[in-house]
Amino acid sequence: MIFATTPSQTVGPYFAIGLPWPEGPHAVAEGTTGTITIHGTVYDGAGVVVPDHLIETWQADPEGRFADLHGHGGASEMEGFRGFARYGTEDGDGSFALVTVKPGRVADPAGALQAPHIDVTVMARGMLNRCVTRIYFGDEAQANAEDPVLALVPADRRQTLIAQPEEDGYRFDIRLQGPGETVFFAV
Amino acid sequence: MTSEQTTTRIYAPVVDTPGTYIREPDSAHPPLDYPPYKSTVLRHPKQPLVYLPHTITEITGPALGDLRVLTADDANLCAQHEGDPIGERITVSGRVFDTEGKPLRDTLVEVWQANAAGRYRHRWDNWPAPLDPNFSGAGRCVTDDEGRYRFLTIKPGAYPWGNHYNAWRPAHIHFSLMGRAFAQRLVTQMYFPGDPFFPYDPIFNSVPDERARERMISRFSIHGTQPDWAAAYEFDIYLRGPGATLFEEAH
Repeated sequence: MIFATTPSQTVGPYFAIGLPWPEGPHAVAEGTTGTITIHGTVYDGAGVVVPDHLIETWQADPEGRFADLHGHGGASEMEGFRGFARYGTEDGDGSFALVTVKPGRVADPAGALQAPHIDVTVMARGMLNRCVTRIYFGDEAQANAEDPVLALVPADRRQTLIAQPEEDGYRFDIRLQGPGETVFFAV
Repeated sequence: MTSEQTTTRIYAPVVDTPGTYIREPDSAHPPLDYPPYKSTVLRHPKQPLVYLPHTITEITGPALGDLRVLTADDANLCAQHEGDPIGERITVSGRVFDTEGKPLRDTLVEVWQANAAGRYRHRWDNWPAPLDPNFSGAGRCVTDDEGRYRFLTIKPGAYPWGNHYNAWRPAHIHFSLMGRAFAQRLVTQMYFPGDPFFPYDPIFNSVPDERARERMISRFSIHGTQPDWAAAYEFDIYLRGPGATLFEEAH
């Protein structure tokens, strides 16, 4: 490392003029087979909803390949697959909804298979840097039990990373602080 | 990428995609818990962060340029309405590098800002500064082969906020950088040299290291300034580069 990084600053309350776009919450093209919606609500340390959050996700396609900028990790051959979603429409109820497909399993650097997961960036006014978390899936118990990253998480906190199956997808709430605080990672 | 996307722009494969990114010292970024910035009080995690090793998910990243940058005018914040916006026309340009000094090409840079009076075109900003019908305040572009980006805009004004009595944010432009990997993502703010509000701004001062704070301040360039047109500010941005992880994976 020869140079030092530019520091992070908060995304602030007014990012909606620049960052969200109508198809942003869609990681896949409309009409894709196997589409799921991940619903959630973001809460602060007082249990109050965070209406001005920005959520971004990044994941593999069902074959475990990525739509990477330079073709690394794949390249994904899934028609219309972006792998990236951004939600920041500042609904007053603090909710978010992301439209995607369930990712396939990818290996860690040691070659161990990770469970299906989605990397998540959470940003907002009052957050001087992003918080990073992961979405795992409640109907992947066996894979989750083998996941090398979940194994690093204190056992009594792992359930905060498990999205629960719902009618059209899954539910994944994010608690920034307090009881049931979501596990956040040092990436 | 789908074949549909590659016909509009071909991204050359990167030979040396980093397998891991550096882990920065705590002084490099602000802490999440910073009481002088009041809204951090309820929005910072209290539990320790769990170490996330860099797997393929963390070292890959999306290709958003074709989705987000549709015309050259996306980088011209003065050309988005019928008339010219009020204020000092400036160019804001620079290069995006990693910590090895390698330029990051083809990466998306998104900016947003207040107008010359310090007013955002956002429903939550309603302090008594005028809106400019010819200024929306958002732009985006993709870095070129040398990692260079360039915007044409209006110098934003400082603006008051409710953090404490007589609180004002120094004039700033918000910058969002995707980088080439999830691990590289950065959101920051670019400031202007000599701003009188620096000593009083908790957000600027939340960065613990003085030299790190200086890296958020743009540099006026007389040689980049174009006669009868626009003053020039330059702002190079450094994202995390390759580096060893803290523990060795078993092979």
